[in-house]
Amino acid sequence: MIHAWEVGTIVAIVAGLVGFFVVLRSSAFPAHAIPNGAFAGAAGASLVGASPLVGLGLFAALGALSIAWLGRRTRSDIATALVLIGMLALGAAFLSQSTAYEPQVFALLFGEILGVSSTQLIPIALLGTAASITLLALYRPLLLGSVAPELARAKGVAIRRLDLVFLLIVAAVTTMTVPVVGTLLMFALMIAPPAAARSLTNRPAIALTLSSLIALVVMWGAIASAYQMNWPVGFFVGAYGALSYGLARLWRRATRN
Amino acid sequence: MFAPGFFSSGSVHTALLLGTIVAIVSGLMGVFVLLRNQSFGGHALTDVATTGGAGAAYLSVAPLVGFVTGAVIGAGAIESLSRDHSQRRDVATGIVLGAATGLSGLFLYLTATTSSATGVTQQVLFGSLFSVSSSTVPVAAVTALIVTVTMALVARPLLLSSLSPDLARARGLRTSWLGLLFLLLVAVAVGLCAISIGSLLATALLIGPAATAMRRSRTITGAIVMAMSVGLAATWVGIVLAYDSFTWRATGQGLPVSFFVVATILAFYALSHVPLSRSRRV
Repeated sequence: MIHAWEVGTIVAIVAGLVGFFVVLRSSAFPAHAIPNGAFAGAAGASLVGASPLVGLGLFAALGALSIAWLGRRTRSDIATALVLIGMLALGAAFLSQSTAYEPQVFALLFGEILGVSSTQLIPIALLGTAASITLLALYRPLLLGSVAPELARAKGVAIRRLDLVFLLIVAAVTTMTVPVVGTLLMFALMIAPPAAARSLTNRPAIALTLSSLIALVVMWGAIASAYQMNWPVGFFVGAYGALSYGLARLWRRATRN
Repeated sequence: MFAPGFFSSGSVHTALLLGTIVAIVSGLMGVFVLLRNQSFGGHALTDVATTGGAGAAYLSVAPLVGFVTGAVIGAGAIESLSRDHSQRRDVATGIVLGAATGLSGLFLYLTATTSSATGVTQQVLFGSLFSVSSSTVPVAAVTALIVTVTMALVARPLLLSSLSPDLARARGLRTSWLGLLFLLLVAVAVGLCAISIGSLLATALLIGPAATAMRRSRTITGAIVMAMSVGLAATWVGIVLAYDSFTWRATGQGLPVSFFVVATILAFYALSHVPLSRSRRV
């Protein structure tokens, strides 16, 4: 249980940080596709007896690279969709060959936070720190590249490389969050809290902080509720995330009038 | 090429019929989804359909009803959330998608803990064309027909509002209502895809054939016909290979239909990148 709190806290803070840029850059689709497709990696890893974390990381990185590569040849939303279905189809094939029990599959998709072990804590913390440091180091170019790509290009920012690095960060965060909230709900944690934060303030630095805070509240609430009611934690992440967004919209409407 | 018993198996007949219906509808809708830049929305609907499918499994309702109902509710939610122009469509789609996924997790969990049925998660998410009951075919056929006829009626205004929203508005078209109607039709089509290759992979039939067709065809009609053909070919090839795959290994453990369908679609897409020789290019 203690591990769940620790891991949940790290996951929420990092997801809130990355999510802020996901929402800012309108890259919700790739941010959804990478964790969703990385599921295939975990299924494949269980087939060959490797650690699911390795499979997840490999497929998440592969997904990010393919989306960036294919995105130069065709429209980016089509590129994302094609990479996603390719990875999911592999996942379906792996699953059909494996003898994994249904609860294991379910845990991969929807998360199993109470089953987090202490051996997972260190890799998750390391990945989380690395992703956060990279993000904060790239804070200014990322912000400029997201808000005014032309201006960023004029200032000599390598937009394509920046896009790729960003997708790889999403991949790293995916790898660390999936064992906790599951591939499908990792996305909810990356979208709802930042969207709520952006409804509350227009200032990027405050929104970034707020985004992590809201993600943290959502996560803690979800863990507590999941523990109390014995329902999957992913459900509460999705529900509380949507709730936080709804409340933020109401707040914005109320303060504007 | 055909494993023994392919032509006499009842479940193969059902699979072929249903696959054909689904490929035709998804080819038609897919081209418009891409024209309107709504691949994310289309994909999100497949995930919302998952919620419906999981809910149906929990309540023991027919899966098709669940998939379609889920996707239709999702379409309404996305459209009403993104009507608020201050917020991007991307975010509205993401919020609905996240909440719906959470709900499907809950339904699947409840189904798994309250009933003795096994494999619900795989069944809903990845589907199995061979285990669809033959009574689904007429329902699917009628649903598909309704979608196609409605599309035929609104195709021209929809095309105008997709390519030039301002012009459409100037001509007095209610573009937001058209957008909602379109998304609802996509939702129904997605429900049909979900029943055949599972809700996670429904995106493949919706986007894949259309993306291939739009690389090669210069007219909308041509693209629709081509998308339908690619979808049909992929579905048929997928069914044959999946049926054959049971004989590939001594254990008799086959690979899922959805895997072969998607692999074929991606192969078509890759082929569409191969440049035609100069003599063949018009």
